[in-house]
Amino acid sequence: MDVLLPSLVDGLLIGFVYGLAAMGLTLIFGVMDVVNLSHGALIVLGMFGVYLLYTALGLPPYVGLFIMLIAGILLGMALYGIAIHPLLGGPHLSTLLSTFAVSMVIIGVGTALFTSTPRNIDFSLGAVQVGNIRLLGTRVVAAFVAIIMAVGLYVFMYRTHTGKSIRAVANNRDAAELVGIPSRRILALSFGLGTMLAMVSGGLIATLFPFNILSGGVYELKSFVICVLGGMGNPTGALLGGLILGLIEGFVPVFMPVGWTPVIEFTLFVIILLVRPSGLLGAR
Amino acid sequence: MSVILEIDHVTKRFGGLIAVNEVSFLLEEGEILGLIGPNGAGKTTLFNCINGVYAPEEGRILFRGHDITGKPPYAVARMGIARAHQVVRPLNELSVLDNVTVGACYGRENLSLGEGRRVAEEVLEFVGLAEKRDVLAGKLNVAEKKRLEMARALAARPYLLLLDEVLAGLNPAEVASMLNVIRAIREQGITILMIEHLMHAVMNVSDRIVVLDYGKKIAEGSPKEVANDPKVIEAYLGDPELALSLLEEGK
Amino acid sequence: MRWLRDPSFWVSVLIVALAGAWPLVTGSASGREDMSLILMFVILASSLNIVLGYTGYVNFGHIVFFGLGGYIGFYLISQMGWHLIPAAIAGAIVTALFAAVLGAIILRLRGAYFALATIGVNEAVRALIVNWDALGGAVGMTMNFKRYQAYGGPMNALWVAYGLMIVVALLSVITSYGVRTSKFGLGLLAIREDEDAALVLGIAAPKAKTIAFVLSAIFPALAGALFFFKNGNIEPGDAFRLHMSVEGIVMIMLGGYGTVLGPIVGAATYERLRGYLLTSPIFKDLQLAFAGVLLLLIIIFVPSGLVGWLRNRFPKVRRVLA
Ligand SMILES: Nc1ncnc2c1ncn2[C@@H]1O[C@H](COP(=O)(O)OP(=O)(O)OP(=O)(O)O)[C@@H](O)[C@H]1O
Ligand SMILES: [Mg+2]
Repeated sequence: MDVLLPSLVDGLLIGFVYGLAAMGLTLIFGVMDVVNLSHGALIVLGMFGVYLLYTALGLPPYVGLFIMLIAGILLGMALYGIAIHPLLGGPHLSTLLSTFAVSMVIIGVGTALFTSTPRNIDFSLGAVQVGNIRLLGTRVVAAFVAIIMAVGLYVFMYRTHTGKSIRAVANNRDAAELVGIPSRRILALSFGLGTMLAMVSGGLIATLFPFNILSGGVYELKSFVICVLGGMGNPTGALLGGLILGLIEGFVPVFMPVGWTPVIEFTLFVIILLVRPSGLLGAR
Repeated sequence: MSVILEIDHVTKRFGGLIAVNEVSFLLEEGEILGLIGPNGAGKTTLFNCINGVYAPEEGRILFRGHDITGKPPYAVARMGIARAHQVVRPLNELSVLDNVTVGACYGRENLSLGEGRRVAEEVLEFVGLAEKRDVLAGKLNVAEKKRLEMARALAARPYLLLLDEVLAGLNPAEVASMLNVIRAIREQGITILMIEHLMHAVMNVSDRIVVLDYGKKIAEGSPKEVANDPKVIEAYLGDPELALSLLEEGK
Repeated sequence: MRWLRDPSFWVSVLIVALAGAWPLVTGSASGREDMSLILMFVILASSLNIVLGYTGYVNFGHIVFFGLGGYIGFYLISQMGWHLIPAAIAGAIVTALFAAVLGAIILRLRGAYFALATIGVNEAVRALIVNWDALGGAVGMTMNFKRYQAYGGPMNALWVAYGLMIVVALLSVITSYGVRTSKFGLGLLAIREDEDAALVLGIAAPKAKTIAFVLSAIFPALAGALFFFKNGNIEPGDAFRLHMSVEGIVMIMLGGYGTVLGPIVGAATYERLRGYLLTSPIFKDLQLAFAGVLLLLIIIFVPSGLVGWLRNRFPKVRRVLA
């Protein structure tokens, strides 16, 4: 119990950040039926963005995050125009490959500029002691930021006109166009939001763990697992999926070698795809 | 004449909606049976039950004496039931000839690729698509796609052909030529079950008619009997245009 | 035999056979290594094309077959002392059985769901092997040099493995051709275009898809056994590299999705291009980014690939380019 509780709490805190990353992936899938294979590269972009602003300009990571938020939306909308819009309506393969191509470009340029040496943001907020659990300050703040972002997204999607338009386009693009929603702009914005979520969560992860230009792949795979746990296209589910994944990662190492975590995660992933393709929350 | 298809108290539900409700009727070998009813009556759903796309919750379907209820669609196709869909489903990136060859090769006779091609060429000639054989199916116009749908079903050399609104969306000249094709198919001894909204056409070409409304069979008989049946007129009053044309056919 | 009178059969087979034979003629070891890599890509791309190009199922986990065949073959040779050929065949058989079971389960999923499941399978298998101590765990296994004595020493063993690589490449291309021009292949194409319509037309899609999946698994498994035998060591990261599956897809797109010749042309072009970019002073650091831009341009502007484009543009060449 002494080991279990702290690692579960830690897992939960990180789970919020994972969940935030996955929300970006699942939002894009839900709105335009595109599996964004540049997700991992965008996460890395967020990591390096925050890192560079911190090391080069001395901007605190949480200010850097805010810049990533804006840059993410703009970049995502541009990427939509280049790599998604011309291919919508075609076979799935086209957008799978075009987003993968985007990832190759980002990682390629990134490797040329930064090589693959590990980096970490040398930034600490100390630790808080709750009972006999010691929590790192950066983890608490990261979870807190992730929760705020998730709530913000929820309010945006359910309370604003633009957010409602996004949901309408997700439900039925043709019908949405009939009632006068400019689907192209809405789709671009959705891709922008998805990108923004990836980059912000990348920035948060950078405050927690060391990373390098190739780290995106790991978090992309985690995001897939989370999306499937929560139901592809369901942002609320993604948050829940993130927590489950965080818990698994906190839980498994207590009982068996840490190497078994991915075996369990990916087996669970495939099984859920097969038996509950709409996720743990979704209807059968 | 013998019974080729027996629909016995078939029920299909979608959640709370009963799309097909205890429907029963017989189909004699060699006849053309028209299946009519207002939009949403359950006609297409009944087809889906017959050829195995859906498994009905209740009831049985017998084809040439075999129980085919709940069999997968490919097994049903192999036994000799072919179908033309209401919404055409061409294999877009394949040529017209290849589309029809698929029908021939995987149909009742289980032909080899070479034999299948030969049958496909014949059938394309028969439906009047021969000069389009090398065109990609996705590039055809609507009328041609309907013919292709029909050709593919015919190439399977079925005992029973299910036609779902093959006349919809065609202009009068195209309708007339399609009707000729349908009659010629019957001449070959193929039994036809056809869904149709175009009253004059279905009344004209069918031997008997079954009427569905809200999933239930409400009438069955010769075209004349059906057209004069008050229950049928009533069902169609929701659809005044059809009711009117029904009344006209009756006179 | 119908095949032997078909020029497009000979075009595909001769390209592979002649290119493969060239290093045997010159005896150049570096030529052999380059060509070995191209042949391996031909095997990966041609076999993947059966599932991806003919059947329309996007498989990101194709490399799992390569890794499994590689591990089984390597284990049998290095730990059990088997000869390369029976070891490779045993690896292929086990991998095919794995594919049959896996296919029967996951081919129920369609579209993006299938693609995601294949990623999950590859990662799960990789993670499993990392934890499998008998197979060397995360470090993998290394071949004892003495094992190469049976093939006339390490140098000669490389030539033996290369010769077998040519054979496997030819077999995979012939299989690809055989499937593409058969009734079975026509059924697969129908599934690719519209699976529900194909079912109604009488195609037993679940069985056909599984057979296609198994066929596509055999050749990468053989190639994996040969590659890692040549390589002298095997580790999970090399055997189950997700990136290589995607490279296979890129090769198929480059050459022409759903054609026999496309994956061959695509594999060769990709390997040459990559080789050029890696050595060119301007692109050396940017080769990945450059390949990404290229891929994007192909998908948007030439989605049917080189061979597909030629076939559409000049219908006359269809007789020669299948
Ligand atoms: N897959 C499905 N899921 C849920 N409901 C369905 C499904 N297919 C059909 N329905 C419903 O079942 C009812 C019958 O539909 P069906 O398509 O059989 O009608 P139809 O008689 O062919 O109509 P139409 O003349 O318009 O083609 C309709 O209310 C329809 O909405
Ligand atoms: Mg209908």
